[in-house]
Formats: sequence, C-alpha cells, structure tokens
Amino acid sequence: MTSVKLKLKDSDVQKLKEIAHSFNNEAGELINVLHKSQEHFGYLPAEVQEVVAEELNIPVAKVYGVVTFYSFFTMLPRGRYPISICTGTACYVRGAEKVLDEFKRILKVPVGETTADGKFSITCLRCVGACGLAPVVMVGDKTYGRVTTDGVKDILKEYENEE
Amino acid sequence: MELIKLTIDNRTVEVEKGTTIFLAAKQLDITIPTLCYMNLKDLNIEHKPGGCRICVVEVEGRRNLAPACATECSEGMVVKTHSVRVLNARRTVLELIISDHPFDCLVCAKSGMCDLQDMAIKLGVRDIPFKGEKSTYKPDFSPAIIRDMDKCIMCRRCETMCNDFQTVGVLSGIHRGFEAVVAPAFERDLDHSECTYCGQCVAVCPTAALTEVDHTLQLINDLSDPAKTVVVQTAPAVRAALGEEFGMEPGTLVTGKMVAALRQLGFNFVFDTDFAADLTIMEEGTELLDRLTRHLNGDKEVKMPILTSCCPGWVSFFEYHYPDLLDVPSTARSPQQMFGAIAKTYFAEKQQLNRKEMIVVSIMPCVAKKYECTREEFATDGNPDVDYSISTRELAKLIKSANIDFKALPDEDFDKPMGESTGAAVIFGTTGGVIEAATRTAYELHTGEELEKVDFEALRGFEGIRSATVNFKGVDINIGIAHGLGNARKLLDDVRAGKSDYHAIEIMACPGGCIGGGGQPLHHGDTSILKARSKAIYAEDEGKTLRKSHLNPDIIKLYDEYLGKPGSELAHKLLHTHYFDKKTRQISVD
Repeated sequence: MTSVKLKLKDSDVQKLKEIAHSFNNEAGELINVLHKSQEHFGYLPAEVQEVVAEELNIPVAKVYGVVTFYSFFTMLPRGRYPISICTGTACYVRGAEKVLDEFKRILKVPVGETTADGKFSITCLRCVGACGLAPVVMVGDKTYGRVTTDGVKDILKEYENEE
Repeated sequence: MELIKLTIDNRTVEVEKGTTIFLAAKQLDITIPTLCYMNLKDLNIEHKPGGCRICVVEVEGRRNLAPACATECSEGMVVKTHSVRVLNARRTVLELIISDHPFDCLVCAKSGMCDLQDMAIKLGVRDIPFKGEKSTYKPDFSPAIIRDMDKCIMCRRCETMCNDFQTVGVLSGIHRGFEAVVAPAFERDLDHSECTYCGQCVAVCPTAALTEVDHTLQLINDLSDPAKTVVVQTAPAVRAALGEEFGMEPGTLVTGKMVAALRQLGFNFVFDTDFAADLTIMEEGTELLDRLTRHLNGDKEVKMPILTSCCPGWVSFFEYHYPDLLDVPSTARSPQQMFGAIAKTYFAEKQQLNRKEMIVVSIMPCVAKKYECTREEFATDGNPDVDYSISTRELAKLIKSANIDFKALPDEDFDKPMGESTGAAVIFGTTGGVIEAATRTAYELHTGEELEKVDFEALRGFEGIRSATVNFKGVDINIGIAHGLGNARKLLDDVRAGKSDYHAIEIMACPGGCIGGGGQPLHHGDTSILKARSKAIYAEDEGKTLRKSHLNPDIIKLYDEYLGKPGSELAHKLLHTHYFDKKTRQISVD
C-alpha cells in the first residue's frame, strides 16, 4: 500500500492517546481505535499506526495488517471532496465502469488516489442500497443517481468554485 | 475429565473432550496430512489456523468436509480420513495451492526438504488443471534471511513463531485475498524492521518462502583459493544435530566425523568455537564476579543482574525493545566473535599471516550469526573478524556435494591451539549451558575451592523460564534462565520494573537454546528431537576430562602469551563490545 508521510504534532499524538484511552487501550479494540483515528485524521499514515500500536501494546505489523485488510481504511489522504463510485452489481450493469473511467479521465488520477490539489479523490464502493438510482455516485455525503458519462462533468462543475 | 468415544477410519478411539479430530487420529497413529498445522508440544505452541484445508475429513451427518485440525470431536462421531470424497477434495485443495506457486522445484533452495513438495508426492499430483495468474511480491534480501513470498502458502506458522513465541512481532498477514502475504509493517524489508534474525520463522516455514542466506558457493570459492588461509570454527550445537542430515538418529554426536569432513573439504585449520566459549566464560565470568562482588559490598551503582550476551538474536532483541537497559547485559562478545578476533590477531601473528589473507568461517546452528558477522563493530579496517557464517544445514549440503560418505568417516580431532575446549564450553549449545559453565568457573574463582560436583542439575531442563539458587559458600546466587524471546521478555520486564532479584540471567533466543537454532536440521514440529540433541550435548560434556573453562590449557596460554588477564585492556579491545539503541534508529527509518 502506498502511503504519505506525516510528521505528527504533539497534539495529534495526544489525540491518538485519547482515542486509545477511550477504548481502555485494549488490543481487541484495534478496529474501533483505527476507525476513530481515521475519522480524526482522514487517513491512517504509518506514523498514526505506530502510535496506535504503541498505545494498544501490539506489534505495528499487526496494525498494518488490519489497515490493509479492510478496504475502509486508507493510508492516503482523501480529497476534500471524496468521490465514491458504486460498482455493485446493479450500478455495474448500468454503466458504472464508464462513469468511473470518465472521472479518472477528467481528474487524471487512478482509483484510490487524490488529485494534486487535494480537492478530489476517487474510490469505488460496493452498493449504497440505492440500486433504483443506478449508477450511483457519491461526493462526500451527497448522492447522485442515474449518472451518465456526460453527467460527470456537470457533477464536477458543482464544486468548481469550492475550495 | 470427560471422555468422548468416536470412530475414525472404522476404529474406535476415546479422547478427552475438546480434542480435535487431528489429535484423536494421531492416537490411532493416523497422521492426517496438513501444511499449516504445527504442534510444538514442549514449547506449548499449537498453531491451527485451519487455513490450508489439506486436513479435511468426512464426518458422517455433516454436509461439508471438516478441517481436522480445527474441529473438535463429539460423542459418537464417525470420521473418514481417506474416503474418495476426502481424497478428491484434498487433491483439489493442493492443486489450487500449487497453481499459485512457482514451478521451480529443481532449482529451489528447499528442494528435497519442502513440505509442499512432499505433499505433492504423497497425494500423487501429476497435473495442475488450474491455470491463471500467480501472485508475486518483491523479494527481500537481508543479511541473514531471504523472503520470497512467491513461495508463501499462507500457513502463517512464521507469524506464530515471530509473534506468539518470540514476541518480536515483525511478521503479520497483510492485505487480503489473492494479494495477501506475510510481511513486516509497511512492507519494509526485514533489514528495516525489528527482526532479530533468530530464524525461527525459517525453521518452521514449509516451503522456501523463508530461507537463510546461502554462503556455500562463496565458501567453495574461498577454499579453492591458494592465496587464502581458510579457518573454520564449529559451534557446539552443530555436532549434536549434523548427523540427522545423514540419516542418523537425533542426538547422535558426530564431532569427530564433522572434523574429518571439514578437513576433507579443504579447510586449512579446523578449530572449535568451544575454545572461544571457554574464553567467553573467562571474560563474562570475571565481569560477573566483579559486578557481584561490588553488589554484595553494597555498591548501588552496579547494574544487576548480569545478562549473557552470546546470542545475537537476543542482543538485537534488547537493542530494539530494551534500549534503556543497554548497560545491563555483559559486554562480552559472543564466542563466534571472540573466536574471529583472536584468530585474526593472536593466531594470525603465530602463523605470520595478514588478516586479509585469512578467511574465518563459522559453522553455526543459527541464522542470526550471519547477521552478527556483518555488524560493523566486529571488523578492523573493513575486514570482518568472522568473514561469514554457514548453518548446519548448509554444511550438510556442502559435505554431500563434495562426495563425502559422512557416516563412513573416521573420527578426527580439532587442530591446536584453538581447537582445545572443555565440557563447560560444549554445553553452551543448550539452554542453561552458558550459565552452568559460568557458575562452574565463578564458583571456583570466588571461593578458591574446587567444586566437588560440576553438574548443576537445577539449571538444566526445558521449561521456558527456570530459576535456581546456587550457594557460593554462604552467599546465595540467584540464577535465571530463559529460552525463547517471549520468555526473555518476561524476565526483562521484571528487570526494568526493578522487581528482579536475580544476580545472573542466561537468555537464548531459540527453543532449547542453540540446539533448536534457526540454522539446524528441520525438526518438522517434533520437539523431542531438540531434547535428544540436548542430551547429546550433556553427554559430550560428561565425556570430557576438563569440564571447567578456566582449566583449558590453551586458554591459560592465550592469556599468558597475549591477553594478560581477563578484563585486561587488550581483552577489552578484542573480546568485549557495546550495544546500540535500535529503537530510535527504527523510527527514523524510511
């Protein structure tokens, strides 16, 4: 898994310690601790995993094993507007792949990565439970249904003037 | 204790409740094949991830096949271990595993001792019907261990040894599905991880996913070079295991044959690491007595307990995990390194050789020794004291490739002067041996009296952590022993917390000490082999006339002619070392 290096500030370390402490520093709570940590930092760089390992008193290799096992966890910072394209069965048969290709073409980044300006990132997910609207795309919390390749640039346009 | 009756292959067996089908079958001498299961009884390690699926059996009334290693027996159960359905499923599973494995058996380091290869032979696999992509992963070449994950079958035995037994925690399963491999954190290579190179992962790997760095070709080249004087030293544990590679019973001592074989291979001098083990006792024993005397006289500055420092896996372990305790272990170098330092100074002078014309090779039961040779502090002007180390397994390969009929060899003796050793040095090869050897010498030097009985039975055994008190004429000396780094960690945590009342602790990284080293003939999960080797070591000690290090005449001569006395300035320069805080180094990596 590619990763981005990060120098943790003292306050970041403190935050991680608080998260671990809120789960009693129990090794069995690793997934919950990672969940909360990702919520806070947006992603889980090596430096964060090292602190989590230290706090839960488990090998950092184990932490890395869990982070790489679950697709929810990411070691790359997501964009400020994370784009998720549903590639579940219903969306897929209704052209999700073409929609995905269009996002990749316009933003010039592969799946799992973030644009150079940090604005957008592309990920795939499996079924958001809105199959009637297939193919479905999510940008942050906002859902777009029946997306076509032509519609991709319209979606991106909505964020044109956003920071 | 509740007993359960069941039928396996039409035979009835009674087992304790909670027993798995696999172990119940074992009681009937039915060995259900497996690639991932591992039961190291004497070490209290049972690894049963139920991952390989080779051990599937048919259970009457159950819809699907059951993994025997992970399914508990129940009353009245009827199990078939070799029905047509089972055999077909088992073969399919194996074919699927092999379909994602390189087909390079002819040139594979593990060929002939590979569990996967053996299984393919056993199940009669002739064709792999599943064609498709094979998973690949970057190879990792460290100074001691090579990782080739293309050959990994995800049995995850290495993970159990690294995490549960050694508590080193370097290896973990990462990613999922087809991409899953076992790797260090952030997919660093071993050299940038906290790996101690103990080699216990190598010792249990069923395939060539984890192997030791091979120095045999380099050795053959050096032996053929007339400009080089090639000196060999052999560790005590090697002689108690090498015979196994030639079909001899575990526990057969082959010291004399090994010396003869090394001479036939063309070494100019065949010496013994045991000589350096005696030297270690002189240095470490002196340090122990010095610290002990100061401690008993109320010196609060002196660090207690003294920890042995012969084992390079253990040294790395405390450098990574206990950098705050770096002044606690003895500063004495390991016997391998003491040997190298003396060979390339004292012995070189005697032979009028320049150290650059010499190649010092060690035969070790160990993988970490390969790494130890490369540590910068053990070199002069870039020339290492020990050029490289080869394992017991590599030596066996070398002997076979040189057309030597090992079993028919006559017994020969080591060369002088660095081939002379005492029984105290021999027992370095087994857990408790170093501290027993140190006790024999320290007792006599401290009390000025001769020991009536040199055997300290209380220090022997196979328990992971042992302790004993030896009375030095009115003074009780508390001795601790641990083998396996997980056990070492327990003792070290007490030392760190100031709760340890030991005066001296011996630690060896591998199960049983060096006899269970990562470079030894593979035990395939049978820990009784380790016990047999240990017995052989004690037998060699008992057979020796001299059994106390300070009585070794060539050691006495070495001090008279060269070093002065133990702990002298020259002794410190050549025979002692210092340790590094590797934890800090670790964080700055990447």
